[in-house]
Amino acid sequence: MATEILMPSLAAGMEEATLMRWLKHEGDTVAKGDVLAEIETDKAIMEMESEVDGRLGQILVPASPEAVQVGTLIAVVLDEEEPTSVLATYQTAQTVAPQPDSASFPASPTPAPSPVPDQAPVQHSTSLSQTSHTQSSNSAERIFASPLARRLANQAGITLNSLTGSGPRGRIVRLDVERALQQPPAATATVEITSPDTAISPQGGTDASVERIPNSGMRKTIARRLCESKQTVPHFYLTVDCRVDELLELRSKLNANALQAKPAYKLSVNDFIVFAAAKALRRVPEVNASWTESEVIRYLDVDISVAVATESGLITPVVREVDRKGLAEITTEVRSLADRARAGKLAPREYQGGGFTISNLGMYGIREFSAIINPPQSAILAVGAVEKRPVVVGDQLAVGSMMTLTLSADHRVVDGSVGARFLSELKDLLEEPLNLLV
Amino acid sequence: MMENYQVLVIGAGPGGYVAAIRAAQLGLKTAIVERAELGGVCLNWGCLPTKTLLRSTEILRLAREGTPYGLVLDSAPRFDLTTAIKRSRDVAKQLNRGVHGLMKKNKVTVLTGHARLLGKGKVAVDNAGAEQAVQAQHIILATGARARAIPGFEPDSESIWTAREAMVPKALPKSITVIGAGAIGVEFASFYATAGSKVTILEASDRILPVEDSEISGLLAEHLRKQGIEIYTGAYVENKETTTCGIKVNFTKGGSPLSVESEKVILAVGITGNVEGLGLENTKIQVDRTHIIVNEYCETDEPDIYAIGDIAGPPWLAHKASHEGVMVAELIAGVEDVHALDPKSVPSCTYCHPQVASVGITEEQALEQGFEVDIGRFPFLGNGKALSLGEPEGLVKTVIDKKTGELLGAHMIGPEVTELISTYALARTLETTEVELMQTVFPHPTLSEALHESVLSAYGKALHI
Repeated sequence: MATEILMPSLAAGMEEATLMRWLKHEGDTVAKGDVLAEIETDKAIMEMESEVDGRLGQILVPASPEAVQVGTLIAVVLDEEEPTSVLATYQTAQTVAPQPDSASFPASPTPAPSPVPDQAPVQHSTSLSQTSHTQSSNSAERIFASPLARRLANQAGITLNSLTGSGPRGRIVRLDVERALQQPPAATATVEITSPDTAISPQGGTDASVERIPNSGMRKTIARRLCESKQTVPHFYLTVDCRVDELLELRSKLNANALQAKPAYKLSVNDFIVFAAAKALRRVPEVNASWTESEVIRYLDVDISVAVATESGLITPVVREVDRKGLAEITTEVRSLADRARAGKLAPREYQGGGFTISNLGMYGIREFSAIINPPQSAILAVGAVEKRPVVVGDQLAVGSMMTLTLSADHRVVDGSVGARFLSELKDLLEEPLNLLV
Repeated sequence: MMENYQVLVIGAGPGGYVAAIRAAQLGLKTAIVERAELGGVCLNWGCLPTKTLLRSTEILRLAREGTPYGLVLDSAPRFDLTTAIKRSRDVAKQLNRGVHGLMKKNKVTVLTGHARLLGKGKVAVDNAGAEQAVQAQHIILATGARARAIPGFEPDSESIWTAREAMVPKALPKSITVIGAGAIGVEFASFYATAGSKVTILEASDRILPVEDSEISGLLAEHLRKQGIEIYTGAYVENKETTTCGIKVNFTKGGSPLSVESEKVILAVGITGNVEGLGLENTKIQVDRTHIIVNEYCETDEPDIYAIGDIAGPPWLAHKASHEGVMVAELIAGVEDVHALDPKSVPSCTYCHPQVASVGITEEQALEQGFEVDIGRFPFLGNGKALSLGEPEGLVKTVIDKKTGELLGAHMIGPEVTELISTYALARTLETTEVELMQTVFPHPTLSEALHESVLSAYGKALHI
């Protein structure tokens, strides 16, 4: 019996994803567990595996940068013995679906592919199993929710697919609806940003003079989250210069030894900043916190998100319990997370959570910048380049290795003096790295 | 070397032994400490022996009332208390052996003795003077509770009984005063009244089964009075006097002094948690009166020590303890999505005649909490199966949130309602609304049709009334 492959929901709350690449072609034999395609969600590239043995009968949604709704029929896998004539049901589907052409995009937004033919009734006479296929592909992915949750959501005018279920197997229960109702209304307003209709046509631009790059899921998420942050979080900024000569010396000493270490490692200045920030967050725990309407949530673990630039955009993998880790462990972990982030292979749990973010643009020679807070966190540290600058030592002018740090903080949670105390602790730790030991 | 366990359970009642089974199933090296019998009060001296006794009086009652059913007896049925008690003890023994078997099957080490926490996961187990120390990564306290005494009425095994003495009497007392009309008091009242004792109930609150819906309490009081039980509510026990025929209990009701004289007194005024001698002072665990303070996941103030069941506070029910035992074992094993117990979904059952069962909140509580409610009522008189059983007394009452259709509570009195309540408990867990309850097909002819009709009646759709 033919098996329909639907666009899977790979993460909680996922509504759509992009088909990056088909790894199997029509007619290929597939075994259970074989990777059929790569799918890009708003955060990462994931592999979609076949759940059955057979051969790939037909691809209904080819690889394309267009987002595909979760639950859309994207391919059909046939049993080994099954004749291709079974695919007749789906042939029409392909002609209805938009022809993919990644090089040129029509001027008007393309509707999401809807491969379901309106001819379902015709198929009723063919066979029972096909009839049931056609019917099942008509309905979107079934949402599991308790009757009470459905009614509460209906009464409150919120759609169930905007909710994440906390019940058994992700079932949406009353509590999930109640939690959603307690969220600030800003969260719902931002949803519209993802609508393709908001794509702005540059004034007077003809299609020949512009290149249109469709927004990836990840791009849309970045846009939505950063708008939400800048529009709703009252940012303020504190800047401090740190003299890091001693830190650099310590780093070269450690790195000289580290080559012989097993496994070998190489510490970057950023690793020291992550390490020191964890200590400073322990000393000023008010910064490791989140604002909610009813209470401030203070995190007991020090989990630091590290901003990583990737080709498709910014992502912030999380180093957990940093305050309980050593420098060697931190450097290995940051490197591994960054590598996988660039390859788009992070698992959701690796970039979700975190109480504080560090963003470092020093490698580009940026002297200082201020970053946008990564909600629901309350602060982000922007790290500039280490550079030699004139410094006043006593009454003499000297040359020192300097680095500028800028803290962006959410004033609802972190007052100016608290943010200043945090930065001053961090400065002490970085300027006198011996203090990192205690 | 000191034996090291991943999980050490202290107390082998329905909370403790279930926690031990679940922990062992999850691959944790588990031991359980018990100073008395495996199975705890529930299996040996509580729930099950009393239900066994009540089955005896139920059969007695059916035999007495058997004539209209065509039962012909050459003489009036007589009751042999000794045989009934022997059967009750045999059932308890069988269950106790069953728990031994379960511990063995699941490779749970059973340590006999009294356990005392020494701090840092170390526990001393004292078996009649022979002390052994063990080490545990996680400790589950499940030491349960015992009957609470009231000053002046210290149990003496002679004329002042607790439940424990009341389930193994040497002879049937001519008269009994039951102090306290919670589930335990009412069940003993029902048992002894049917067996032939003259029973008086004294209850301090304004009704019997005070935690149940007042309508149900009222109906039960009517039934018990019909069976010859005398009930005084709002009765405050003052003191006792020893008399020639037994004990005279002096009490006040509405300010006026009254007294009742009987051969025996049964104390059923709640319970006291078994917190003594546990070495709690060696931990950060906090105790409120006789109960250990825990959060909704049964965690105490001391890391890696949990408390479940009666010792962790109300409701004092075996099934609550067992459920918490499973939850804690799964928390320790790192099972994902462990959900805290919702106290509003814990059913409660009383096995007197007629039986009483409920889940969720009462009508009064719903109104106090600001709900607008639809109330469903269906009497068993309208249920065919109840009529054929000859048990048409009783009521199924449902409390439904007008706004959302949530089943806030269900309260029942009548035949086998302790079995029927599970349907409503499931409805609460699945978060059904009145629609699903009305759409469900209930089989005919069954008592369960009354559950359906009760919900229908809340919307004026009941068919057989």
